[in-house]
Amino acid sequence: MNQNITEKILAYASHNKEVHPGDYIIADVDWVMFHDSTGPLVIKGFESIGKKIFNKNKLVTFFDHFYPAPNIDAAKLHKISRDFIQREEIIHHHTDGVCHQILAEKYVSPGDIVVGADSHTCTQGALGAFTTGLGSTDIAGILATGKCWFKVPNTIKINVLGETKKGVFAKDVILKIASKIGSEGADYSSIEFVGEYIKNATVSDRLTLCNMAVEMGAKNGIIEPDEKTLKFTGREGKIFKSDQNASYEKNIELEVSELSPQISCPHSVDNVKTIEEVEGIPINQAFIGTCTNGRLTDLEITAKILKGKKVNKNVRLIVIPASITVYLEAFNQGILQTILSAGGIVSYPSCGPCIGRHNGVLDEGEVCLSTQNRNFAGRMGSPKSEIYLGSPASVAAASIVGKITDPRKFI
Amino acid sequence: MRVWKFGDNINTDLITPGRYNITIDEKRLGQIAFIEFRPEFSLNIEKGDIIVAGKNFGCGSSREHAPISLKAAGVQAVFAESFARIFYRNCINIGLHVFICNNTHKVDDGDKIQVDLINGIILDETKNIEIQGDPLPTFIQKIVSSGGLIDFLRGDGYV
Ligand code: SF4
Repeated sequence: MNQNITEKILAYASHNKEVHPGDYIIADVDWVMFHDSTGPLVIKGFESIGKKIFNKNKLVTFFDHFYPAPNIDAAKLHKISRDFIQREEIIHHHTDGVCHQILAEKYVSPGDIVVGADSHTCTQGALGAFTTGLGSTDIAGILATGKCWFKVPNTIKINVLGETKKGVFAKDVILKIASKIGSEGADYSSIEFVGEYIKNATVSDRLTLCNMAVEMGAKNGIIEPDEKTLKFTGREGKIFKSDQNASYEKNIELEVSELSPQISCPHSVDNVKTIEEVEGIPINQAFIGTCTNGRLTDLEITAKILKGKKVNKNVRLIVIPASITVYLEAFNQGILQTILSAGGIVSYPSCGPCIGRHNGVLDEGEVCLSTQNRNFAGRMGSPKSEIYLGSPASVAAASIVGKITDPRKFI
Repeated sequence: MRVWKFGDNINTDLITPGRYNITIDEKRLGQIAFIEFRPEFSLNIEKGDIIVAGKNFGCGSSREHAPISLKAAGVQAVFAESFARIFYRNCINIGLHVFICNNTHKVDDGDKIQVDLINGIILDETKNIEIQGDPLPTFIQKIVSSGGLIDFLRGDGYV
C-alpha cells in the first residue's frame, strides 16, 4: 500500500480499493453545504433537475455572507433560500456564524467527504476530512444524487519544521507557504501538511492553514487526524492516515523557527513581504475575523495586545467572531469588553466586510489590514482600495499605531 | 466574432466583483461582466466572441456568477493557458466551452476569429493561423455534450 490520506478517503467514498492521481471517480458525499450568496443558484439548478433531495439531513445551509440583509437585493436572495429551507424542511440551517467555522464545530468528522458551494470549504480538511469547494450547479447535482465526480488530485506534501517564535502565528506560516508556492502553484492538487510544527499546532491553527489551501489553487488541504482532532470534534469519524511510502507529486520543506510576521500585499495573496519590509504603511481599517482567523485564540491575542490601549483615531477596528460559540466564549472571558473599551467595533458573527457587502466597505484610496484570506482588488469595496493580509496580532498592533507595525513590540 | 484578450490570474472578483453578485438574473449578470476591470467589455461584446487568457483564469471564488456572466454576455468559449479548478468545473457544468491551450500568446486582442467548439480550435482570420486547444477528457465530454451537468443528470446521470 502506498496511498496518502486524500487518496484513501476518495477510495473509500468511491468504493474502490485504491485510487490514483488522474483517475475519475464518483464518490458518495457526507455533507453538502450552501450559503446565502451561492444558495439561490443551487436551488435554481436543483429544481430544474426535478428530483428529490438525496438526504435532507446531510444538507447544511447558512446565512452568513450578508446577514442580516443589508439591502433589498440581499433580502430577496434570503427569501429565495428561506422559502426553499421551509418548503423542504431543512433542519440544519444556521444564522449563527461563518459556514466553514460551524461546519468544523458541529458537523465534519475525520474521513468525511464534504462539498460546499464556497471556495474555502477546504478549511475543514484540518480535521482529516476531504473537503472542497464547488460551484452552485455541482452542488445542485449533488443534492439530487448524493454523489459527486472528482479527478483524483496529485498531492503536494508540505513539511513544516520547527517552532515559531513569539508573535509569529499560523497565519504567518501559511502566508509564507503561499509566497513559496504561488497563487496557482497547487492548481488541481491536494496539499497535505505534515511535520513537527503541524503536530504541535492547535486545531484552530490547522483550520487557518487549510483554509488558505485554495489560495494556491488547491483542491483540498488536509492534515492527518490525531487526538487533538478527536477532542475538538467529539466525533469519531473514519481515521485515515498516509502510508509511509505514499507517493507525492512534490515535497516542500519549510523551517519556521526564524520566520518573522508576514504580510501579503495588494492585490495578490502571494505578494508576501516580511513585516520589516512594510512597517509604517498607514491604514484606515483593521479587520479581525472571517473563516481564516475569527476563532477564540485569534480574539484572545487581539485582546492581549489591545488591553489598556486605544485604537488609533484614524483607524476603525472591526472584530467579528466567526461563530456564536466563539462570540459567547469571548464574551464570557471578557475579551469583547477589552476590545470594545479600546475603541474596537464588535459585530455579529458573519463574513462581515470580507467581501465588501456590509459592515466595513472601503472607499477609493483606503487601506485595510485584514486577517482574511484574499486580497483581490475591489474585494472589500472600491477597486481603488487596498487590502493587506496578516495575523490577528499584526492587525491588532496596526490598529493601535495606525500603521503596519511589528506585533512583537506588543507581545 | 473577435478575441478579447486577458493576461494571467484573472480572478472571479475581476470578472464579477463580489458586491455585484446580488442577483441570479442572467441578463443583469451579463451586464456586469468585467464591469470595473474592463468596462468596455460588456458594452461592446457581441454574441460568439471568445476570451483568450493566460494562466490561472478564474481563480478565487467558487461563485458561479462569474462564468454565468461571461456566458450571458455572449462569450462562446474561453481559451486559457490554465484555469483555476472550481471555475473550470463551473464552466463545464453551465455549458460554457473551456479549452486549455498553450498557444494563447499567438492571438491578440481584437483578432477576427471563427471557433470550432468540437475540436477546440481557434481560426484566427486576422493572422491566418490556427490555434489548437487540448481536447476535453472523455468523462467531461459526456457532461458537456449533454449540455451541462443539469441535463446530464436529467438523463442517465451517474447511474
Ligand atoms: S469569511 Fe470571507 S472567505 Fe470566509 S466564507 Fe465568508 S466571505 Fe468567504
